[in-house]
Amino acid sequence: MNHFFARHLYLVDFTVASLGRRRGRNLGLFAVYVLLVFVLASVSLMTHGLRREAQAILESSPEIVVQRMIAGRNDPVPTGAVAAITGIRGVRAVQGRLWGYYYDAGMRANYTLMVPPDRPVESGAVVIGGGIARLRQLDTGDIVHFMAPDGRIVRFTVSGTLDSASELVSADLVLMNEGDFRAFFGFPADRFTDVVASVRNPREVGTVASKIALALPEARVVTRADMLRTYEALFDWRGGMVAVVLSGAVLAFVILAWDKAAGLSADERREIGVLKAIGWETSDVIAVKFWEGALVSLLAFLAGYVLAYGHVFYFSGALFEPALKGWAILYPRFRLVPEINGQQVATIFFFTVVPYTLATIFPIWRAATIDPDTVMR
Amino acid sequence: MTDTVLISLKKVSKIHNEGRPNEVQAVVGIDLDIARGKVTVLRGASGSGKTTLLTVIGCLARPSSGRVALDGRDISGMPERFLTRIRQETFGFVFQGFNLLRGMSALDNIMLPAYPQAPPHRWLRRRALDLLSMLRLEHRADTPVEMLSGGEAQRTAIARALVNDPPILIADEPTANLDTALTREFLGIAETLKAQGKTLILTSHDPRVFEAGMVDHVVTLRDGRVEERR
Amino acid sequence: MNKHLRLSTTSLSVLAVALAAALATLVDAALRFDSEALARRNRAALAETLQLSDLSLFTEARYTRHPALADLHSAFQDHPAALDHFPSAAWMPPTRWHEKQP
Repeated sequence: MNHFFARHLYLVDFTVASLGRRRGRNLGLFAVYVLLVFVLASVSLMTHGLRREAQAILESSPEIVVQRMIAGRNDPVPTGAVAAITGIRGVRAVQGRLWGYYYDAGMRANYTLMVPPDRPVESGAVVIGGGIARLRQLDTGDIVHFMAPDGRIVRFTVSGTLDSASELVSADLVLMNEGDFRAFFGFPADRFTDVVASVRNPREVGTVASKIALALPEARVVTRADMLRTYEALFDWRGGMVAVVLSGAVLAFVILAWDKAAGLSADERREIGVLKAIGWETSDVIAVKFWEGALVSLLAFLAGYVLAYGHVFYFSGALFEPALKGWAILYPRFRLVPEINGQQVATIFFFTVVPYTLATIFPIWRAATIDPDTVMR
Repeated sequence: MTDTVLISLKKVSKIHNEGRPNEVQAVVGIDLDIARGKVTVLRGASGSGKTTLLTVIGCLARPSSGRVALDGRDISGMPERFLTRIRQETFGFVFQGFNLLRGMSALDNIMLPAYPQAPPHRWLRRRALDLLSMLRLEHRADTPVEMLSGGEAQRTAIARALVNDPPILIADEPTANLDTALTREFLGIAETLKAQGKTLILTSHDPRVFEAGMVDHVVTLRDGRVEERR
Repeated sequence: MNKHLRLSTTSLSVLAVALAAALATLVDAALRFDSEALARRNRAALAETLQLSDLSLFTEARYTRHPALADLHSAFQDHPAALDHFPSAAWMPPTRWHEKQP
């Protein structure tokens, strides 16, 4: 084994023995360090995973959604709008949608009721999302009662449930046919909730959207690009808020680490003097401090990151569930696609490992000026 | 007879805090030869400059003026890196109060001076254990140093000073905190080392030390100057 | 075998294990990626056929369910004390007048 490695193994021996001397304090600091990396990495992996989910869904979402605004509020769209939009050049297909929200007072949960455009649902039947099936303990063939806005109790038979792997998009869905939907809500026969349109040439979405806005002045036209922007903003500001909150923790940690690492106590100064007197070079002392910073922070980073990976991709970010769930009763069960964003991991690495290691090594330049004869004074 | 002179000091002065109001002339114009394989005691009251002189002899500090030659080689102008190398290879130090690193075992403390040279670990461990058993301390190898008695701590410090097998052993006030029995024990160890051919340089104002039979030279210092030598 | 394990051996082994675990997450991610990505494609396909635009993550209020279609210009549209999802609401919360009602 060459001398370089042998020497550094000895210096690691000394570093670890040295850390072991204030075991409680160093372990405490290490635990805080691991926790900090764990939280940062969990947030990072989780928001990235959710953002990718939202993107995947938005990429296949309607190209254009047309809503109707009255006095700045959403209002059902007259069925005639479908024909009006169909007539616009560049539009490929137009469809009126029927969907709305239902508050289940018994469960205190909000459901999304909708008429599926792709599949027939028998009259008196509903297809429910996995979240509702779990919450109400429903299975195919069971009976469920909803209270209509006019006070009637309406009885539905569960004719099927949606794939549980799709809960992230479908947990709260209740699918029913158009007749049932209109009857349940008392929804006017000549209205849709909103209208979706697709265009022939994806590059003309903007042009078609402005044509629709021109043809239907009371309409609000939402393009897929708008939705993407909204989502980016939503995740960015939520992530930003988390970052603001966490930056306090990060700063506190930096202060803690600085205090622990940077302050050379009288004991440490004396020790460095002893080491130099018995034949250690300044570079040996600096290498020991480097190892101290590198070992502690690398180990904390790796441990925190691995824990965060398990937390997000095996336990679906269970610790964040209360925060994401908020006041909601329905919460989807989901597994995120394990995509590791190198840039985010590198950012966390940079903000945790580098400052600690620097804070550990930095004061040693002052220690280098400690004369070996201080031990004799 | 230059071959018997191991360390030679010419007009060595050492000023602490030079140029500042608290400037102290600790050692003034000392000429001194240290003989190879002999025991030399620097004697004097506290403040006489003997410890400062020891730091200059042991390459822990550079003289403010004058020359220090080791084996005929002038080392007083050498950069810190070379002095470190010389300290490592040539001197073993037993400090007053021992300066063992607390929280670490006696064995670890003894092995410390050899770390930068990185000898094979098993060999170094064996050597440290051998030193401990030579000093009848093998049963304390894994004991943290703060749990050792005064005598044990001193023997640990001696073992640490010997681990790199230096030709010169320097001890500052080795018997300052020791009772008569332990002092006798220390002198016994010193005599063994002398018999092994080591050069010993001690500071002391303890008559039990400088009147001991194995001491070859006693240099008495007062106010930073040599007052008497025998 | 030397029965005295050196601290450097122990600590660097621990570090190596941690590094291996971190690398294992990459392998694990690669192994799980295909099946999980397929599940995501299925979710996207369902979203396409049902013309969905949002994750069903935030069901706490009607207007949080579909952020993509939310009415961007009317904060507190459904409840005076509800937090809207605009940054301003994080800085200045709505007046909690309703709590003073009997």
